[in-house]
Amino acid sequence: MLAAVGAASVEELLADIPAEVRLRRPLDLPAGVAESEVFEELRALAARNQPASALVSFLGAGAYDHYVPAVVDAVTSRSEFMTAYTPYQPERSQGLLRAIFEYQTVICELTGLPVSNASLYDGATALTEATLLAGASTRRGGVVVSAGVHPEYRQVLATTSNAHGPRPVEVALSGRGYTPLESLAAAVDGDTAAVVVQQPNFLGGLEEMAAAAQLAHDAGALFVAVVDPLSLGLLKPPGEYGADIAIGEAQSLGNYLSFGGPYLGFMAVAEPLLRRLPGRIAGETVDTEGKRGYVLTLQTREQHIRRERATSNICSNHALNALAALVYLSWLGQEGLPELSLHCARKAAYLRERLAALPGVEPLPEGPVFREFGLRLPVPASQLIEALVPQGYLAGVDAGRWFSGLDDVLLVAVTERRTRAQLDAFVEAVATYLAGEGKRPAGQGKRAAGEGTRRG
Amino acid sequence: MAETIFERSRPGRRAFSLPACDVPERPLDELVPAEQRRTTPARLPEVSELELVRHFTELSTLNYGIDSGPYPLGSCTMKYNPKVNERVAALEGFSGLHPYEPEALVQGALELMHTLEGWLAEIAGLSQTTLQPAAGAHGELTGLLLIRAYHEAHGRAPRKIVIPDTAHGTNPASVVMAGYEPLAVRSDARGGIDMDELRAATSEDLAGLMLTNPNTLGLFDEHIVEIAQVVHDAGGLLYYDGANANAVLGISRAGDMGFDIVHFNTHKTFSTPHGGGGPGAGPIVVRDTLAPFLPAPVVVAEADGRYRLDYDRPQSIGRVRSFYGNFGVLVRAYAYIRALGADGLAHVSEAAVLNANYVLEGIRDLFDVPYERRCMHEFVVSGDPLKQHGVKVMDLAKRLLDYGVHPPTTYFPLIVSEALMIEPTETESKESLDALIGALREAVADAARDPELLHSAPHTMPVRRLDEVRAARQPVLRHQFAPE
Repeated sequence: MLAAVGAASVEELLADIPAEVRLRRPLDLPAGVAESEVFEELRALAARNQPASALVSFLGAGAYDHYVPAVVDAVTSRSEFMTAYTPYQPERSQGLLRAIFEYQTVICELTGLPVSNASLYDGATALTEATLLAGASTRRGGVVVSAGVHPEYRQVLATTSNAHGPRPVEVALSGRGYTPLESLAAAVDGDTAAVVVQQPNFLGGLEEMAAAAQLAHDAGALFVAVVDPLSLGLLKPPGEYGADIAIGEAQSLGNYLSFGGPYLGFMAVAEPLLRRLPGRIAGETVDTEGKRGYVLTLQTREQHIRRERATSNICSNHALNALAALVYLSWLGQEGLPELSLHCARKAAYLRERLAALPGVEPLPEGPVFREFGLRLPVPASQLIEALVPQGYLAGVDAGRWFSGLDDVLLVAVTERRTRAQLDAFVEAVATYLAGEGKRPAGQGKRAAGEGTRRG
Repeated sequence: MAETIFERSRPGRRAFSLPACDVPERPLDELVPAEQRRTTPARLPEVSELELVRHFTELSTLNYGIDSGPYPLGSCTMKYNPKVNERVAALEGFSGLHPYEPEALVQGALELMHTLEGWLAEIAGLSQTTLQPAAGAHGELTGLLLIRAYHEAHGRAPRKIVIPDTAHGTNPASVVMAGYEPLAVRSDARGGIDMDELRAATSEDLAGLMLTNPNTLGLFDEHIVEIAQVVHDAGGLLYYDGANANAVLGISRAGDMGFDIVHFNTHKTFSTPHGGGGPGAGPIVVRDTLAPFLPAPVVVAEADGRYRLDYDRPQSIGRVRSFYGNFGVLVRAYAYIRALGADGLAHVSEAAVLNANYVLEGIRDLFDVPYERRCMHEFVVSGDPLKQHGVKVMDLAKRLLDYGVHPPTTYFPLIVSEALMIEPTETESKESLDALIGALREAVADAARDPELLHSAPHTMPVRRLDEVRAARQPVLRHQFAPE
């Protein structure tokens, strides 16, 4: 091959690299090893972790331990999907383009909105993209964001909005754990591009979405609903309560926990926002013989065409995660999704009622929840979490990680993987722990749901 | 072509099964009040598991991946993705980890992240890494926010980022998202940055420069040392778009070239599969001076050998995504780097460069070669000579489909007329490269012989050429359900 290119050595091909920037030593990395050794090393690293399934897990807070059916792996591991690039050549990419089209359809069905893109990275970056879309659409400079939106999503928004896009104004949760409508109203003004509320909110409470949407629209702002698509088997779809944009994290649809990623950001919008939507969109068309086919469309929104005037810089998205979500929803089907969401809600309600019956434990918020709920404990949540690990429980997430004043609030999520026996045993374990703690000096009293962000 | 999954749907069919709900039943109204509930079910497909599998198996046969054949898509580095990477990423000790588990339970994951951060820093020739960015463009945005934080910490607020006219579209788009103004500079006759233009663009208002090196022409910028000098002298920082890092692993490091920030596309350079559009990962590596601004949390190794996530980073720009990045993708990148090691990675780039030069020599007589230089891991030729047959590069690309190869990138970079951008990658064999050359030669011969054959290509795909204008003018973006 060197002879064919007329070079004596590969070194000759690298002659354009100035000598002073050549690395004249091997990289300081471990020497390469055989596949079997790679496998053993990674297996050993994996073995130093405890997957959620090794314990009885009640962890949620934006990442949920739902069962991933085998068909999801069977489909997503097909290399024609897994090892393809973005479908730039539609005639050779009809499989993926059709899958994206079908994914867009199921997202529209779930959200009750007419347009979906092909995916975003995660729920957090979807929030940022939604505020940019709202800002560009309304030509306004602020967004009002409920503190009931996942704290990490709000942190990501804070990072980027510092430089560009609408500036967020946060509205604190009430002491009862809800977004007060009067606080939203007070925060909204003539420069508000959007009002953002999460349903259910981060503590699990169901917000007054229709009223919040009305309030936003009255001020000429858009309404953004942050939702978990799996909840939409039971809860009202955003399109029905007036959301202009629905976004969120769709990990719960057939995607593994995987220590936080890769997950699946989604975005669905009302028709008028179509041409400002970020990311890829697949559309149906016909070929020269009139046969149905699919292409990436409306690409003049995108960076590779529009460069600095693009609606977003997104290029790679999370197509394979979107495919997993599509397969998962096809597996669940029209009947399965409502059954599954109801199943989770029933188990969550059961566990909540039993835990809240323990001395010193109170639900926060008190109203209805879906699959996750906050509980005020008579001890710091972090203490309970730590104490129950040796007994085989991941008891939940400490809300005090992000909210000052909520150190005693534990977020507990219940999926279909938890059995009644596990729930009952967990209640016993919590009861026993709290009874032991009760012999010590009393825990903290009640405080309002504070707003200080604790962790980066 | 076959039905959509919605057209396959039949009422009452189901694939799923659910454990019995063994907690006491409660009235629905007690769980969720009626006004908060959905009244009409989402019209999801109703199919059996077999129908589901057949549907997606059929779709897969209408698609093409690197496992199917050559995929010389320029700037996308479509190399083979070793299968062991999938096996390790699927280990439950990785795929089953919840991001909010106590740190004591995820020590292996944190160690993996910490080790990978170190490896990427060594490969980049810089010192500190964040694994948070989800993709290359996300890494760009993160890097630009670091540039902003750096200047602010020094009491400066410059507004402009210089970008050459060969840059990826993500660069200017990221610049705007970071609140900066892009300032384009032209390329010179050898395809590098025009130094006079760069100097003219340099002012107190210069925040930094973004550059891909080798650039999207597949050419190494020979003036890189001088470029870095000019930008640094003006107080700016240099951002390395690592999309083309596959050319220089272990050969030349961005940090040694003078860059301050680097992103890697793990789905290009480190062989994590692209998944038909993602997920990838876009970790970035920075010089010491920028480390305080990196997104929190960062993984810290304690003296006792334990690892923890450090959130106490007062100068941090903040988070750029939820949790800790695309961990599952990063596991694959770790496995790839571990398997190859230092020698293996250097060999990757040498072979990538040799393969690209080999294909260039095999087809250079067919096209205009805009820059008569040795290419690095990819090259760009112009399809202008096809115009004499009334054929465009788009037609050529469609004809290549008939020859069973995925076409190269077309019409990019923008500064080359009728551009064809070819990146064979190191994992293609000589026979495979010869087949690619053969397909290109055949397709060009077809253009001379029978231009109509190209205008009407492809002829062997599941669909003929698709009407993209109609798709944009009359958007149909979801399945149209029949009225009830």
